[in-house]
Amino acid sequence: MTEQLLSVLGADGAVKRKNRPSLTDEDLLLLHRIMVRTRALDERAMLLQRQGRIGFYVPSFGEEAAYVGSALALDGNDWISQSYRQPGVALLRGITAETMLDNCFGNADDIAKGRQMPVHYSFRKANMLSISSPIGTQIVHATGIAQAMKIRGDGGVCLTYFGDGGTSANDFHTGLNFAGAWKSPCIFACINNQWAISCPLERQTGSKTIAEKSAAYGMPGVLVDGNDVLAVYEATRKAVARARDGDGPTLLEFLSFRMGPHSSSDDPSRYRPGELEAEWKKKDPIKRFEAFLTKESLLDKEQIEAIHAEAEAEMSEAAKVSEKKPAPTIDSLFDDVYADMPPHLADQREELRGEGSDHRQDADAAFPL
Amino acid sequence: MSTMTVLQAVTAALEEEMARDDDVVLLGEDIGINGGVFRATDGLAKRFGDDRVIDTPLAESGIVGTAVGMALYGLRPVPEIQFSDFIFPAFDQIVSEMAKMRYRSGGEFACPMVIRTPYGGGIRGGHYHSQSPEAYFAHTPGLVVVVPATPEDTKGLLKSCIRGDDPVIFLEPKRIYRTVKGEVPDDPEFLVPVGKARTARGGDDVTVVAWGAMVHTCLEAAQLAEKQGIEVEVIDVRTILPLDEEALLSSARKTGKVVVAMEATRTCGVASEVSAIIAEKAIDSLQAPIVRITGYDTPFPYTLEHVYMPSAHRVMAGIKKVVEFDF
Ligand SMILES: Cc1ncc(C[n+]2csc(CCOP(=O)(O)OP(=O)(O)O)c2C)c(N)n1
Ligand SMILES: [Mg+2]
Repeated sequence: MTEQLLSVLGADGAVKRKNRPSLTDEDLLLLHRIMVRTRALDERAMLLQRQGRIGFYVPSFGEEAAYVGSALALDGNDWISQSYRQPGVALLRGITAETMLDNCFGNADDIAKGRQMPVHYSFRKANMLSISSPIGTQIVHATGIAQAMKIRGDGGVCLTYFGDGGTSANDFHTGLNFAGAWKSPCIFACINNQWAISCPLERQTGSKTIAEKSAAYGMPGVLVDGNDVLAVYEATRKAVARARDGDGPTLLEFLSFRMGPHSSSDDPSRYRPGELEAEWKKKDPIKRFEAFLTKESLLDKEQIEAIHAEAEAEMSEAAKVSEKKPAPTIDSLFDDVYADMPPHLADQREELRGEGSDHRQDADAAFPL
Repeated sequence: MSTMTVLQAVTAALEEEMARDDDVVLLGEDIGINGGVFRATDGLAKRFGDDRVIDTPLAESGIVGTAVGMALYGLRPVPEIQFSDFIFPAFDQIVSEMAKMRYRSGGEFACPMVIRTPYGGGIRGGHYHSQSPEAYFAHTPGLVVVVPATPEDTKGLLKSCIRGDDPVIFLEPKRIYRTVKGEVPDDPEFLVPVGKARTARGGDDVTVVAWGAMVHTCLEAAQLAEKQGIEVEVIDVRTILPLDEEALLSSARKTGKVVVAMEATRTCGVASEVSAIIAEKAIDSLQAPIVRITGYDTPFPYTLEHVYMPSAHRVMAGIKKVVEFDF
């Protein structure tokens, strides 16, 4: 399992295997719609960034199948501990584009109160953890959450997303090691887009695959074609069933490609050939799934175009609404540092209240974050 | 002399030291073909090769830990941590290993190495691309902590640190990487001594102590003060550990009024140490309580960054406070 690439969909959308996942037509259409909406969100947000209307963005072009397909295999009660590059998971769990863009604008309606950079979401109501910038920290949280679910006996599982670069972080080792020792109901989902900023996979690890690392932790590992949404769904479904049955964790490797820049600050032409991007563009997971949906007569060309147009309109509208909202209040700077504000913070808030607005700095943008 | 930015001064120092000494090696994330995310190592992999400009896997403990090993064996590694906010996975290697090596081995082993890392706010980077972590390191015996504020000092100090025999945390103020330019000597033997403060501006009325990008904010504040007839002396400490006590005390004794300004959160920050030294050793000269102008004791915010960061006006308010103080 760790060396052979699991895939269901052919490049032309034909289903290779007889055992096509038992997804209803509604679910297949849902997968498609979420992938398209995510792409539209990423495109809109990158445009907003280029126009200087938001400060920063991290697109997920090309990785939509990997995170949407896997997230669909979970129940709503299952928790997700993600990194900064899986925006479609939130859309799948019912978070609106407006709510997400509120975070990117850092406005008063942002759930995190404008405190974090764009794409660092927190969606408690969707059982999705607050996203951190430091790589890998969420992996070990997932083990803890999964183990807590086991202790409580409530039948939940936790899935964590991280990148190929994330597998080098200490917390990858620790998270998998603990989960292996404890048999925690945890799914480790590595989205191997083959790059960690400028670092290609072969410089990140001496392993042939990420999936094979699972052996060292006493859990199964599965190498999955991450641009094949049906294969991703199927592999995750099995891992979830295994975790729920008390058989412990699984490491999934979704092999994909980061079609865009690392972030709005990055210039991939410095470190990788354009031909590589052109080659992977042909393997676009959305196009591939659309070929399947067309073959299966679930959608025709016109319907597909309408879904894209609708998604683009949705994102443009959401951006207009979010952009008009005010910034968080200055007082809010001091909230949530502690459950109750200690005296020294109350004093500092007073101090700031007493200052005029000329005490404030103008901040600059456009740095390589 | 050449005119360069702070960032170009970093590159120049690295290039000269690598050319001078084959044992100087660089390692870090994205520092090779990409030239570092800020381009501080631009062109160095091409000139010196992949063996001396090493792109590492993504693990700061690995970067610092292997650099410690290289230093123990005799190399002079200069690891880069992409943002100082990501240095914490390496904290154990820094505090438990790198800093204590000389002491715990009775002087048998040492870690002559320089960890370079961009730090500080003002770039809309939110919690994890903006922090000023100098106090964590200044609290660790065995470390040297250096923060340049000008291109000249950046080059001269970085070169001195690379040639030095103790482990250094070299904090680069990224807010002024490209915005501050200055004349820098071309002489490859040009060095700036570690442990010596610099008078960035002379004045008799008030002493303002700062480091890194805040030095420039304080110089702006000094101009505001000048318009009101207040002559401010700005001391750029340059080395946070060990502090140049003599420079701090002589300026404090001269003016009798002290403001310490920093971006970092207030509680237990380096401004507290500076204040304590002056209070302990020069209280007899002080004409007003020492004032600290700092970041607030909250995590570094995103949207409200402009409120959080100490501005020239806030430093000016501190200057007025010490000037107008009445016993
Ligand atoms: C601990 C830490 N070190 C460095 C960084 C800077 N950084 C941000 S993303 C990134 C690459 C991450 O690559 P990967 O894990 O493959 O995820 P991807 O970005 O490809 O989704 C790096 C080095 C960071 N955020 N955290
Ligand atoms: Mg990656």
